[in-house]
Amino acid sequence: MGNVLVWIVWFLAAGGCLATGVAVVSLTNPFYSALALIGNLASLAVLYLLLSAEFLAAAQVLVYAGAVMVMFLFVVAYLGGRADAPWAGGPPLLRTAAVIAAVALLVEVVVVLGLAWGDSLRDPAEVSDSFGSPGEIGELFLTDHLLAFEITSIVLLVAAVGGVVLGSEKERGTP
Amino acid sequence: MSGPGVGWYLIVAALLFGVGALGVMLRRSPLIVLLSLEIMLNAGSLTLIAFARQQGTLDGQVFALAVMAVAAAEVAIGLGLIVAMARRDMPLDVDQASALRG
Repeated sequence: MGNVLVWIVWFLAAGGCLATGVAVVSLTNPFYSALALIGNLASLAVLYLLLSAEFLAAAQVLVYAGAVMVMFLFVVAYLGGRADAPWAGGPPLLRTAAVIAAVALLVEVVVVLGLAWGDSLRDPAEVSDSFGSPGEIGELFLTDHLLAFEITSIVLLVAAVGGVVLGSEKERGTP
Repeated sequence: MSGPGVGWYLIVAALLFGVGALGVMLRRSPLIVLLSLEIMLNAGSLTLIAFARQQGTLDGQVFALAVMAVAAAEVAIGLGLIVAMARRDMPLDVDQASALRG
Protein backbone atom coordinates (compact mmCIF):
# COMPACT_ATOMS: atom_id res chain seq x y z
CA MET A 1 0.00 0.00 0.00
CA GLY A 2 2.75 2.43 0.95
CA ASN A 3 4.60 1.43 -2.21
CA VAL A 4 1.66 2.33 -4.43
CA LEU A 5 1.41 5.72 -2.76
CA VAL A 6 5.11 6.40 -3.40
CA TRP A 7 4.67 5.44 -7.05
CA ILE A 8 1.68 7.77 -7.40
CA VAL A 9 3.58 10.68 -5.85
CA TRP A 10 6.56 9.86 -8.08
CA PHE A 11 4.40 9.84 -11.21
CA LEU A 12 2.78 13.15 -10.33
CA ALA A 13 6.12 14.79 -9.54
CA ALA A 14 7.95 13.38 -12.57
CA GLY A 15 5.07 14.19 -14.90
CA GLY A 16 4.73 17.69 -13.51
CA CYS A 17 8.47 18.17 -13.79
CA LEU A 18 8.59 17.15 -17.46
CA ALA A 19 5.40 19.03 -18.41
CA THR A 20 6.59 22.28 -16.84
CA GLY A 21 10.02 21.77 -18.41
CA VAL A 22 8.46 21.53 -21.86
CA ALA A 23 6.35 24.58 -21.01
CA VAL A 24 9.46 26.61 -20.08
CA VAL A 25 11.06 25.84 -23.42
CA SER A 26 7.96 26.23 -25.59
CA LEU A 27 6.13 29.26 -24.17
CA THR A 28 6.69 32.58 -25.98
CA ASN A 29 6.22 34.93 -23.05
CA PRO A 30 9.24 34.84 -20.68
CA PHE A 31 6.97 35.67 -17.75
CA TYR A 32 4.99 32.46 -18.19
CA SER A 33 8.21 30.55 -18.83
CA ALA A 34 9.59 31.75 -15.50
CA LEU A 35 6.35 30.77 -13.74
CA ALA A 36 6.56 27.32 -15.34
CA LEU A 37 10.15 26.99 -14.11
CA ILE A 38 8.92 27.64 -10.56
CA GLY A 39 6.54 24.69 -10.99
CA ASN A 40 9.41 22.65 -12.39
CA LEU A 41 11.61 23.41 -9.36
CA ALA A 42 8.79 22.62 -6.95
CA SER A 43 8.11 19.20 -8.50
CA LEU A 44 11.86 18.52 -8.53
CA ALA A 45 11.85 19.25 -4.79
CA VAL A 46 9.23 16.49 -4.39
CA LEU A 47 11.54 14.09 -6.25
CA TYR A 48 14.40 15.14 -3.93
CA LEU A 49 12.19 14.33 -0.94
CA LEU A 50 11.48 10.88 -2.36
CA LEU A 51 15.25 10.37 -2.64
CA SER A 52 15.53 11.31 1.08
CA ALA A 53 17.31 14.61 0.41
CA GLU A 54 15.20 16.69 2.78
CA PHE A 55 17.60 19.57 3.25
CA LEU A 56 18.15 19.91 -0.50
CA ALA A 57 14.41 19.91 -1.16
CA ALA A 58 13.94 22.72 1.34
CA ALA A 59 16.90 24.65 -0.08
CA GLN A 60 15.57 24.14 -3.60
CA VAL A 61 12.21 25.70 -2.72
CA LEU A 62 13.65 28.51 -0.60
CA VAL A 63 16.69 29.51 -2.65
CA TYR A 64 15.68 28.57 -6.16
CA ALA A 65 11.93 28.80 -6.46
CA GLY A 66 11.95 31.66 -3.97
CA ALA A 67 14.95 33.96 -4.29
CA VAL A 68 16.39 33.24 -7.73
CA MET A 69 13.06 33.17 -9.53
CA VAL A 70 11.94 36.41 -7.87
CA MET A 71 15.09 38.02 -9.27
CA PHE A 72 14.22 36.58 -12.65
CA LEU A 73 10.67 37.89 -12.54
CA PHE A 74 11.98 41.34 -11.55
CA VAL A 75 14.17 41.43 -14.65
CA VAL A 76 11.31 40.24 -16.86
CA ALA A 77 9.14 43.00 -15.41
CA TYR A 78 11.94 45.56 -15.89
CA LEU A 79 12.40 44.62 -19.54
CA GLY A 80 8.66 44.66 -20.18
CA GLY A 81 7.67 44.10 -23.80
CA ARG A 82 11.29 44.04 -24.93
CA ALA A 83 11.70 40.61 -23.41
CA ASP A 84 9.45 38.97 -25.98
CA ALA A 85 11.87 37.59 -28.54
CA PRO A 86 10.83 35.59 -31.56
CA TRP A 87 10.38 31.93 -30.75
CA ALA A 88 13.26 30.28 -32.55
CA GLY A 89 15.77 31.42 -35.07
CA GLY A 90 18.30 30.40 -37.59
CA PRO A 91 17.86 28.49 -40.80
CA PRO A 92 15.78 25.30 -40.68
CA LEU A 93 18.97 23.30 -41.06
CA LEU A 94 20.27 24.59 -37.72
CA ARG A 95 16.96 23.91 -36.03
CA THR A 96 16.93 20.34 -37.28
CA ALA A 97 20.52 19.91 -36.12
CA ALA A 98 19.60 21.19 -32.66
CA VAL A 99 16.75 18.70 -32.37
CA ILE A 100 18.98 15.88 -33.56
CA ALA A 101 21.70 16.82 -31.06
CA ALA A 102 19.25 16.92 -28.16
CA VAL A 103 17.71 13.57 -29.12
CA ALA A 104 21.18 12.04 -29.53
CA LEU A 105 22.13 13.17 -26.00
CA LEU A 106 18.95 11.63 -24.66
CA VAL A 107 19.47 8.34 -26.52
CA GLU A 108 23.04 8.10 -25.22
CA VAL A 109 21.93 8.50 -21.62
CA VAL A 110 19.07 6.02 -22.02
CA VAL A 111 21.39 3.43 -23.58
CA VAL A 112 23.89 3.81 -20.75
CA LEU A 113 21.07 3.49 -18.22
CA GLY A 114 19.71 0.43 -19.97
CA LEU A 115 23.13 -1.23 -19.85
CA ALA A 116 23.45 -0.60 -16.10
CA TRP A 117 19.80 -1.32 -15.26
CA GLY A 118 20.16 -4.96 -14.29
CA ASP A 119 23.23 -4.92 -12.09
CA SER A 120 24.64 -1.70 -10.68
CA LEU A 121 21.36 0.21 -10.51
CA ARG A 122 19.35 -2.52 -8.85
CA ASP A 123 19.86 -2.38 -5.11
CA PRO A 124 20.06 1.04 -3.49
CA ALA A 125 21.95 1.22 -0.22
CA GLU A 126 20.16 1.11 3.09
CA VAL A 127 20.21 4.53 4.71
CA SER A 128 19.32 5.77 8.15
CA ASP A 129 16.49 8.17 8.89
CA SER A 130 18.87 11.10 9.27
CA PHE A 131 20.23 10.64 5.72
CA GLY A 132 20.07 14.04 4.01
CA SER A 133 19.13 15.96 7.14
CA PRO A 134 20.53 19.48 7.64
CA GLY A 135 22.67 18.22 10.51
CA GLU A 136 24.48 15.57 8.47
CA ILE A 137 24.98 17.84 5.47
CA GLY A 138 26.22 20.67 7.65
CA GLU A 139 28.68 18.37 9.33
CA LEU A 140 30.04 17.22 5.96
CA PHE A 141 30.33 20.82 4.80
CA LEU A 142 32.39 21.76 7.81
CA THR A 143 34.63 18.69 7.78
CA ASP A 144 35.21 16.81 4.52
CA HIS A 145 34.05 19.51 2.12
CA LEU A 146 35.26 22.63 3.91
CA LEU A 147 37.29 23.82 0.92
CA ALA A 148 34.31 23.46 -1.45
CA PHE A 149 32.17 25.36 1.06
CA GLU A 150 34.62 28.27 1.25
CA ILE A 151 35.13 28.38 -2.51
CA THR A 152 31.36 28.43 -3.01
CA SER A 153 31.09 31.50 -0.82
CA ILE A 154 33.79 33.27 -2.84
CA VAL A 155 32.05 32.32 -6.11
CA LEU A 156 28.80 33.78 -4.82
CA LEU A 157 30.53 36.96 -3.66
CA VAL A 158 32.26 37.45 -7.03
CA ALA A 159 28.99 36.80 -8.87
CA ALA A 160 27.11 39.30 -6.70
CA VAL A 161 29.76 41.99 -7.31
CA GLY A 162 29.79 41.14 -11.01
CA GLY A 163 26.01 41.39 -11.23
CA VAL A 164 26.08 44.83 -9.61
CA VAL A 165 28.89 46.06 -11.89
CA LEU A 166 27.19 44.74 -15.04
CA GLY A 167 23.83 46.19 -14.16
CA SER A 168 24.97 49.49 -12.68
CA GLU A 169 23.57 52.75 -13.98
CA LYS A 170 26.88 54.51 -14.65
CA GLU A 171 27.98 54.58 -18.29
CA ARG A 172 31.50 53.31 -18.76
CA GLY A 173 32.27 54.69 -22.21
CA THR A 174 30.31 53.77 -25.27
CA PRO A 175 30.24 50.15 -26.42
CA MET B 1 13.85 1.36 -1.08
CA SER B 2 10.10 1.31 -1.62
CA GLY B 3 8.66 2.82 -4.75
CA PRO B 4 10.54 3.52 -7.98
CA GLY B 5 14.20 2.56 -8.19
CA VAL B 6 17.02 5.00 -8.81
CA GLY B 7 16.98 4.26 -12.55
CA TRP B 8 13.56 5.87 -12.95
CA TYR B 9 14.84 9.11 -11.45
CA LEU B 10 17.80 9.00 -13.81
CA ILE B 11 15.46 8.64 -16.79
CA VAL B 12 13.48 11.69 -15.66
CA ALA B 13 16.79 13.56 -15.30
CA ALA B 14 17.84 12.52 -18.83
CA LEU B 15 14.54 13.70 -20.31
CA LEU B 16 14.79 17.00 -18.44
CA PHE B 17 18.34 17.48 -19.66
CA GLY B 18 17.23 16.86 -23.25
CA VAL B 19 14.40 19.37 -22.93
CA GLY B 20 16.77 21.95 -21.46
CA ALA B 21 19.38 21.37 -24.16
CA LEU B 22 16.71 21.81 -26.82
CA GLY B 23 15.68 25.09 -25.24
CA VAL B 24 19.26 26.37 -25.10
CA MET B 25 19.88 25.50 -28.74
CA LEU B 26 16.54 26.55 -30.23
CA ARG B 27 15.37 29.64 -28.39
CA ARG B 28 16.66 33.11 -29.20
CA SER B 29 15.54 35.09 -26.16
CA PRO B 30 18.47 35.22 -23.70
CA LEU B 31 16.02 35.02 -20.79
CA ILE B 32 14.59 31.74 -22.01
CA VAL B 33 18.10 30.42 -22.72
CA LEU B 34 18.96 31.13 -19.08
CA LEU B 35 15.79 29.38 -17.89
CA SER B 36 16.61 26.34 -20.05
CA LEU B 37 20.12 26.30 -18.58
CA GLU B 38 18.52 26.14 -15.15
CA ILE B 39 16.58 23.06 -16.26
CA MET B 40 19.80 21.41 -17.43
CA LEU B 41 21.58 22.20 -14.15
CA ASN B 42 18.68 20.80 -12.18
CA ALA B 43 18.70 17.63 -14.23
CA GLY B 44 22.35 17.25 -13.25
CA SER B 45 21.48 17.85 -9.60
CA LEU B 46 18.75 15.21 -9.74
CA THR B 47 21.28 12.73 -11.11
CA LEU B 48 23.73 13.54 -8.31
CA ILE B 49 21.07 13.12 -5.66
CA ALA B 50 19.80 9.87 -7.17
CA PHE B 51 23.31 8.41 -7.15
CA ALA B 52 23.88 9.68 -3.61
CA ARG B 53 20.80 7.69 -2.58
CA GLN B 54 22.02 4.68 -4.56
CA GLN B 55 25.46 4.69 -2.90
CA GLY B 56 24.17 5.65 0.53
CA THR B 57 26.69 8.49 0.87
CA LEU B 58 25.95 12.18 1.27
CA ASP B 59 28.74 13.50 -0.95
CA GLY B 60 26.43 13.71 -3.96
CA GLN B 61 24.00 15.88 -2.02
CA VAL B 62 26.82 18.19 -0.96
CA PHE B 63 27.86 18.48 -4.60
CA ALA B 64 24.25 19.21 -5.58
CA LEU B 65 24.24 22.09 -3.10
CA ALA B 66 27.39 23.44 -4.75
CA VAL B 67 25.64 23.15 -8.13
CA MET B 68 22.76 25.18 -6.68
CA ALA B 69 25.18 27.92 -5.59
CA VAL B 70 26.85 27.98 -9.01
CA ALA B 71 23.44 28.21 -10.66
CA ALA B 72 22.55 31.18 -8.47
CA ALA B 73 25.84 32.85 -9.44
CA GLU B 74 25.17 32.14 -13.10
CA VAL B 75 21.71 33.72 -12.89
CA ALA B 76 23.13 36.82 -11.19
CA ILE B 77 25.73 37.32 -13.94
CA GLY B 78 23.39 36.33 -16.77
CA LEU B 79 20.63 38.70 -15.65
CA GLY B 80 23.22 41.46 -15.21
CA LEU B 81 24.35 40.89 -18.80
CA ILE B 82 20.77 40.94 -20.09
CA VAL B 83 20.03 44.19 -18.24
CA ALA B 84 23.25 45.69 -19.63
CA MET B 85 22.25 44.60 -23.15
CA ALA B 86 18.82 46.16 -22.73
CA ARG B 87 20.32 49.40 -21.39
CA ARG B 88 22.53 49.78 -24.45
CA ASP B 89 19.53 49.27 -26.74
CA MET B 90 20.88 46.05 -28.12
CA PRO B 91 18.26 43.65 -29.44
CA LEU B 92 17.49 40.92 -26.91
CA ASP B 93 18.29 38.12 -29.33
CA VAL B 94 21.26 35.80 -28.86
CA ASP B 95 21.67 35.36 -32.64
CA GLN B 96 22.27 39.08 -33.11
CA ALA B 97 24.76 39.47 -30.28
CA SER B 98 27.58 38.33 -32.56
CA ALA B 99 30.11 41.19 -32.36
CA LEU B 100 32.77 38.83 -31.00
CA ARG B 101 32.26 36.22 -33.71
CA GLY B 102 35.59 35.31 -35.27
